[in-house]
Amino acid sequence: MIKEIDLYARQKRLAWFLIMPSVIVVLLIIAYPTIQVLVYSLLKYKLDGVTPPSFVGFDNFAFVLSDPDWWSAVSNTLIFTVVSVVLESILGLMIAMVANSKFKGRTLLRVAILVPWAIPTVVSAQVWKWMVNDIYGVVNIVLTDLHILPEKIAWLATPATALPVIIAVDVWKATPFMALLLLAGLQLIPKDLYEAGSIDGATKVRQFWAITLPLVTPTLLVALIFRTLDALRVFDIFYVMVGGQGNMATMAVYNQQQLISFLDAGVGSATSVIILVIIMLFVILYTRFSRTSFE
Amino acid sequence: MSNATRTAATLEVPTNVGATKKADNRGVVLRCLFYLLVVAIIVFNLFPFVWALLSSFRPSSELFSTKLLPTALTMDHYAAVFKDARFVAALVNSVVVAGSTVLIALALGSLCAYALGRLPFRFKGAVLYLILTMTMFPTISVLSGLFVMLKTLDLFNTRQGLILTYLIFTMPFTIWVMTQYFRSLPKELEEAAYVDGASPLKVFWDILLPLTMPGLVSTGLLAFIAAWNEFLFALTFTVTDTMKTVPVVISQFAGSTSFEQPWGSIMAGSMVVTIPLVLLVMIFQYRIVEGLTAGAVKG
Repeated sequence: MIKEIDLYARQKRLAWFLIMPSVIVVLLIIAYPTIQVLVYSLLKYKLDGVTPPSFVGFDNFAFVLSDPDWWSAVSNTLIFTVVSVVLESILGLMIAMVANSKFKGRTLLRVAILVPWAIPTVVSAQVWKWMVNDIYGVVNIVLTDLHILPEKIAWLATPATALPVIIAVDVWKATPFMALLLLAGLQLIPKDLYEAGSIDGATKVRQFWAITLPLVTPTLLVALIFRTLDALRVFDIFYVMVGGQGNMATMAVYNQQQLISFLDAGVGSATSVIILVIIMLFVILYTRFSRTSFE
Repeated sequence: MSNATRTAATLEVPTNVGATKKADNRGVVLRCLFYLLVVAIIVFNLFPFVWALLSSFRPSSELFSTKLLPTALTMDHYAAVFKDARFVAALVNSVVVAGSTVLIALALGSLCAYALGRLPFRFKGAVLYLILTMTMFPTISVLSGLFVMLKTLDLFNTRQGLILTYLIFTMPFTIWVMTQYFRSLPKELEEAAYVDGASPLKVFWDILLPLTMPGLVSTGLLAFIAAWNEFLFALTFTVTDTMKTVPVVISQFAGSTSFEQPWGSIMAGSMVVTIPLVLLVMIFQYRIVEGLTAGAVKG
């Protein structure tokens, strides 16, 4: 008995000892910079090494919120997020259902869907940029040869055509992740539910609506949260494909430009705080929604 | 589509032969449509990769023409890429940065995960919840804080600085997934060792750690891929060509003239950094899927 209590105490001590290194690292690289960002957002803080930082209250927030470039960044990000996440969910579920059935070549399919996921985002952006190149891109050549397009289009030159292309790249790249999560969810559904369904004469379509969809919804919601939070902070694809064009930024691109191009840590930090608040709103919205739909 | 439903369907005793024949025909059509869908998915996923691979072997004269299929292949772009000092330096940087990040994250993270998954202590639930939150933390939100911090620590524009910041997204993820692995091991294993008088640290090192090897492999692979592909921090926290990582250099490839980008070199460079990842994915397909879904489905 004494020995057991002794062991318990030793385990407890060891636990703290083992957790400490990770806690210190996390405090240093996440907690400390976050507090710094909150502080900087209230300062006039130019990174030119000349002007000393001074307190300006909410001036930086006022600047960002009255900047039309910021609002176009918000609208680009939201359109991108909603459209790509919806498409990824639908295609992801479709691919997951195909990958979940037994057929020859299943392994090939599973490897194939992992390829876009593993390719670095910068590389996929460059590959697609080459594919939609206005003169030599395969997309333009094929579409004009098939007479679907009367003439070649400079896809990335205007937001109206660039945004759909960028969404296509993200859908191509992120659908595998969605499909893999949903596949894991599908595999949790007991097989006898479908057997019972067929004996009762339920069609495949009916089985999908009555069995598959309700039972895969919890996994779908988790995947949706992951993907939405990822999409809201999109940076790489936009930065590589349309660069610094004023009205083609996203919230993250705008933030990075304030910091690096304009060397303004004050405005940059205020932008970070606003992005954090927007992301937190989405998290609250999702948790509310998933709670009401399960109770 | 699934086996279960098909056996269920054959259990229904057919009443007339004509009906089954019709059903068979429908089955064949459905099967064909299904395989068409499979082919469509595979083509959709692989085409951009295959197209980039093809482009990387085409001579420039052909690349900048409207011919679809190549008539000649060349290794010129690969030779050019490996002669480019910037690209070679970036390759070395990427290997060093991603490799060190993974080793540190696994070493510290698995110790922490052992405590969270196996040992008793107060506030365990709170710590786990905090870590889960951090796995979804938007890295953009600490950009200016890290920028100033790296400047003051004199780590700006260094590999060490990148490694330190990369722990932001590798550590919480490693801890979270590894905790799930430690939890899933049966309790009897360590109880026997404790009865024999082993210390908790010995139990970790001799018994549990070897058993979580598969977990370490899949977590390590995922963390490596994430660090290898990272762009925002590498772009923001490095300025000189000797410190840049591969994604940054690939995003900044520029030709001798400002009119046309050197697409051949861009595609060749892209393939050099992508093919190792694609091979890893093919070899460790099962492990990667397991690691990817461990956090989301079990949690």
